[in-house]
Amino acid sequence: MANTDVPDDLKYADTHEWVRVQGDEATIGISEYAQDELGDVVYLDLPWDDAGQRELRIGDHFGDIESVKATSELFIPISGTLLRVNDALKAAPEQVNSDPYGAGWMLVVKLSDPAELAKLMDAAAYAKFLESEGH
Amino acid sequence: MSTEQLIFERGAPGRRAATLPTLDIPEQPLDSLIPAAYLRAEPAPLPEVSEIEVVRHYTHLSQRNFGVDQGFYPLGSCTMKYNPKINEDMASLPGFARLHPLEHESMTQGALQLLYELEQYLAEISGMRRVTLQPAAGAHGEITGLMIIKAYHESRGEGHRNIVLIPDGAHGTNPASATLAGYTTVELRSDARGGVDVAHLEEVLAAHDGKIAALMMTNPNTLGLFDENIVEIARRVHEAGGQLYYDGANSNAILGITRAGDMGFDVVHFNLHKTCSTPHGGGGPGAGPVGVAEHLVPFLPGPLPAQTEDGYAWEDAGPLSIGRVRANCGNFLVLVRAYTYIRFNGPDGMRHVSESAVLNANYVMRALQADYDLPYDRECMHEFVFSANRQKKRGATALDIAKRLLDFGIHPPTIYFPLVVPEAMMIEPTETETRETLDTFIAVMRQIAQEAAERPELLLEAPHDTVVGRLDQTLAARKPDLRWHTQPVQTLA
Repeated sequence: MANTDVPDDLKYADTHEWVRVQGDEATIGISEYAQDELGDVVYLDLPWDDAGQRELRIGDHFGDIESVKATSELFIPISGTLLRVNDALKAAPEQVNSDPYGAGWMLVVKLSDPAELAKLMDAAAYAKFLESEGH
Repeated sequence: MSTEQLIFERGAPGRRAATLPTLDIPEQPLDSLIPAAYLRAEPAPLPEVSEIEVVRHYTHLSQRNFGVDQGFYPLGSCTMKYNPKINEDMASLPGFARLHPLEHESMTQGALQLLYELEQYLAEISGMRRVTLQPAAGAHGEITGLMIIKAYHESRGEGHRNIVLIPDGAHGTNPASATLAGYTTVELRSDARGGVDVAHLEEVLAAHDGKIAALMMTNPNTLGLFDENIVEIARRVHEAGGQLYYDGANSNAILGITRAGDMGFDVVHFNLHKTCSTPHGGGGPGAGPVGVAEHLVPFLPGPLPAQTEDGYAWEDAGPLSIGRVRANCGNFLVLVRAYTYIRFNGPDGMRHVSESAVLNANYVMRALQADYDLPYDRECMHEFVFSANRQKKRGATALDIAKRLLDFGIHPPTIYFPLVVPEAMMIEPTETETRETLDTFIAVMRQIAQEAAERPELLLEAPHDTVVGRLDQTLAARKPDLRWHTQPVQTLA
């Protein structure tokens, strides 16, 4: 059975990124389903050196993820200033597979427009989205 | 598992395969001929082996290779058709094989005639005005075609056009070539039938008004589906000022039936190593000739072969040409093979090639439709795409099915491409296979579908019967170690 672990405390984009909001900061990664579809991740291209100096707008392409199957683009699900990038993924991209909602986090941004959160799906809606897409 | 030693691991110091005769002219010290800065301090550590060691080593390697001469090779998008041996006979003729590319025209009339006629044939097959034979591969053809389009826009004072549209199911080389040519790519969505979503195309054309340089398309596309809206798509892109680029990778479906030029395309590249049965794989050499419509002829690379009153000659390119893209005339002996293929098939035979390729693909698709998911249930062209979604739910993925096929002596289909289909398996039987071979493949695929349902672990551990078992592709990608080391390496960590 496909992996469809969808934690309740996160928000989700239809491009399969998740957002965890704490105060005015948001942590971003890709969902269990997305990592399962990609297969073993072998390389990540994230904005490693841009922390603190880059504004990301909702829908922007922020990086690329390469698995044994394909290379895919990563899109920012919410606008904000880039605060931190998970440097540990440089050496250990497999953490995106093994712990997508934990050690496999990719970015932290400072929210510039919290109202955008309303555009994202909650866990129930994302689970339903995965089902309806025939996933 | 038996391992084959590398050629560097064989032999012994001083052993040799050939002995050169004694020099009958005065020997010059090496550093009097080549500046010392370019000479090695130590001789290169080359293998020192006897002739029979060389022959056995490479014979062993060739026996471990898998080619279309050994078995069925339904690798979608690659058109691994049989390469008739008459191609090799013609390419081995001393008048072709031993020709020097810089010999004078008067000495190379036969070769020039062949190139001239091949250009005419390719122009006729594609509905283009003229064709350059220089590009050495499909992707080389793509960059050549895009440079021609760019030069065309610039010549009209429209060099600001910077967007190339590419459907989401395109070959990965298309966006790569467009980017290399200095363009920004915009992806076009597919519609529910697997073709270009015309409504989305309209939106994109409107959003980038005045900026569209070209649309790159394969038709039939990578799903093996013919886009029936192509004439309408071409009209809209032309109205927006863009050119239409035809990726000829899938030409095997349409030879003698329709032509890129008739669909509205301005530039076409051929993959002669796919469509015209020249050797494929092993890194080439290939050939990716590029044909263009009348208005783009001045931008073609030169020289082009031409017919004159006295025979044949090279015709230099004009001032608008993008310039040479390859030395001499391209991969000449590959072109000889393609010429041979076109000549022995003839016009009716070329059409028959495509009809058989399409029939074979539909035969296999319909026979296996109950066993594997078919995301786009339409008549296909020369290839089709299954999804292994059903099998994945039981624990065996497209990759596992591909590995299991190796146990039956069948080369796997392309997997995980196109990206628009999850767990994709892209199957292209080609026209050269017999009904018996297709039936064997169908029976094997049914057996594997049954194994996936009942004993998925059998697939997860496949292949079982090959010289080398399942390799760890993840480790190979994450920690590649691509160099052979003369000394054991101490620090790989």
